[in-house]
Amino acid sequence: MSRRDFLMSTLKVAVASALPLSAFKFLSPAEAKAAVEAANVRWGFIVDTYKCVGCGFCVKACKIENEIPYDAPVTRTWVERYLILKDGRMIADTPLGGRDGFTELKIQDEVVEPKEVAKAYFVPKLCNQCENPPCVQVCPVGATYQTADGVVLIDRTWCIGCGYCIMACPYGVRFFHPVYKVAEKCTFCYHRIHKGMKTACVDACPFGARQIGNLKDPNDPVTKIIMTERVAILKDEYGTKPQVYYIGLDENVR
Amino acid sequence: MTEAWTYPEALWTVKDLFVYPNEYIYWSIQIVMYPLMTGLVAGAFVLSSLYHVFGLEDLKDMAKFSLVFSFALLIVAPMPLMFHLQQPLRGMEVFFTPHFTSAISAFGIVFFSYSIIVVTEIWFVYRKFFVEQSIALKGKEGIGNSLKQLLYSVLTLGAYDIGEKALHKDKKAIKILAGIGIPVACFLHGYAGFIFGSVKANALWMTPLMPVIFIMSAIVSGIALCMLTYIVIMEWKKFRIKTSRKSWEVTAADVGGAEIDLIKNTAKYLVGFMIAAITLEILDLVFRGYTAVKSWEILRSVIYGKDFVDIFILQYGFGNLLPFLMLVIPGLTIRRTAFALALVIFGVFMMRWNVVIGGQAFSLSFAGYMHYNIPFIPDTLDAYKEGFFGALTIGLMPFGLFWVINKFIPSLKYHK
Ligand code: SF4
Ligand code: SF4
Repeated sequence: MSRRDFLMSTLKVAVASALPLSAFKFLSPAEAKAAVEAANVRWGFIVDTYKCVGCGFCVKACKIENEIPYDAPVTRTWVERYLILKDGRMIADTPLGGRDGFTELKIQDEVVEPKEVAKAYFVPKLCNQCENPPCVQVCPVGATYQTADGVVLIDRTWCIGCGYCIMACPYGVRFFHPVYKVAEKCTFCYHRIHKGMKTACVDACPFGARQIGNLKDPNDPVTKIIMTERVAILKDEYGTKPQVYYIGLDENVR
Repeated sequence: MTEAWTYPEALWTVKDLFVYPNEYIYWSIQIVMYPLMTGLVAGAFVLSSLYHVFGLEDLKDMAKFSLVFSFALLIVAPMPLMFHLQQPLRGMEVFFTPHFTSAISAFGIVFFSYSIIVVTEIWFVYRKFFVEQSIALKGKEGIGNSLKQLLYSVLTLGAYDIGEKALHKDKKAIKILAGIGIPVACFLHGYAGFIFGSVKANALWMTPLMPVIFIMSAIVSGIALCMLTYIVIMEWKKFRIKTSRKSWEVTAADVGGAEIDLIKNTAKYLVGFMIAAITLEILDLVFRGYTAVKSWEILRSVIYGKDFVDIFILQYGFGNLLPFLMLVIPGLTIRRTAFALALVIFGVFMMRWNVVIGGQAFSLSFAGYMHYNIPFIPDTLDAYKEGFFGALTIGLMPFGLFWVINKFIPSLKYHK
């Protein structure tokens, strides 16, 4: 065999052995994402502020369901009370996240007489499971991530507890878990909705102020409401594209 | 209530008016120390590079010192972040799963490339010294000497050639490294500003000017700290020469005379950078007021109301204006400079404080406020880490480190 032939055949062997390797196609991150994103579920939430009476059952249920220490001054979901006074002032509060309901007239250290009130309502809040979540963007280790069905989760074993995501969320829904010392927030009760159950807060609400559904299913009651009624989202200006929709949202709501 | 459950952040956060339930001052004093320390590193390095790159001969002694000092500061720079993490043992995970959309995750890469530059530059500057030491110590008695000899011969990395040509090459390498170092140092700190500037949820931080403002004040703080440390060390030397009965190669007057010239020269550069820094900050303030977007109302109430003393009296008044005047009024003395420098550093600290704490002083609801009471008594680990003594630990660390490093890499040998 001549030197030239030897080289040629070596080359051929090399090419041939490389071929099967190329059969294992390397996916680009975008391709990989597209493959996973073919999910046919996108979780969405509706809060009806007309129906909420501020009983705080949802907050209690959430704390118990998700093991957030009951007396810790942090919570995955909360209810805000808004009073618009006849003199045009807005005052709001959420003592302990509204966990025990709003039974006192005292609000922000002042006692407001009912006759001074022009309008009053309650607004439940929770993680918006943003389409474009800044919390996921800023996490330095990728411990906060978004699932294919649109829910933002936190890996408790990987979070380093820097708090960057807490700073980045425009809705103030994140906090440090008092026991696990990692970032924590509402997950739409991911462990429940996957089993076909509703979230703990939806189940607990006696007035149907909260609903969860699949936005990719046109027949889902939640999707129908969003498609046909006037709904609004919170803090649209941040471009986070929240997936929690509000019925009866007022411009005073912060 | 909050007292029944010890939520650490609830310890030091005081809420006022309408604040969301999960809102607290999560980024406390250590996150103030973090940009302060990285800023000092960047500033010290820029000061040393002024001589190496631009050949500003009047800065020669200061340059050598600040290079080594910046190394000590560099080691401390990531510490505040580590102190602050709720899970400090997982800090390394940033390197395993860096998430490049996050400004913090860039820290590792920028920090390491920067460290390599600093260490290499130090090596080139001191290579001759290492070689000389390892030769001089050869065969000397005592375990200490032989250990030292071993250390220095390792430090030479086997490059024993200290001929004219080799040294010339070293000089060239130093110049190149110092040159690359300037943008990297600025980047190191600029990105610390980016960490804040890119948080769109925070009305005070959200400005593209943030990185530039941080770079300028970093240089100011670094130069000021180097000068102050230098003065203190030199004064101490002078004091020792005067008071001891031992005979020294130099007299106290020699040390003092060389010193004031050097200080005056360096002060000129400091004043220049101070002007740049303050102009940018004021530009930012004016611009916000002029454009007055939705968040301006609450920002204004914090800037001109709640934090007025912190911002206008402590930061701009005592931290900028007063030392500026002290430095430009003719007849500069060492004592006046030292006092002005301490004020400059204080001013930069207050600037960091006003950015980090001030940025969290208002609720995301734009309808309430939060106040940070820095924990003094370190009765719990959290109260220590996120309190006064935790900050003090970080602040003192570089001096201890410098003292140790200077034992092996003397940057302060007095040359006449
Ligand atoms: S509401 Fe906040 S925590 Fe939830 S996904 Fe959006 S940015 Fe993240
Ligand atoms: S606190 Fe945890 S989840 Fe949040 S950004 Fe830091 S590492 Fe990520």
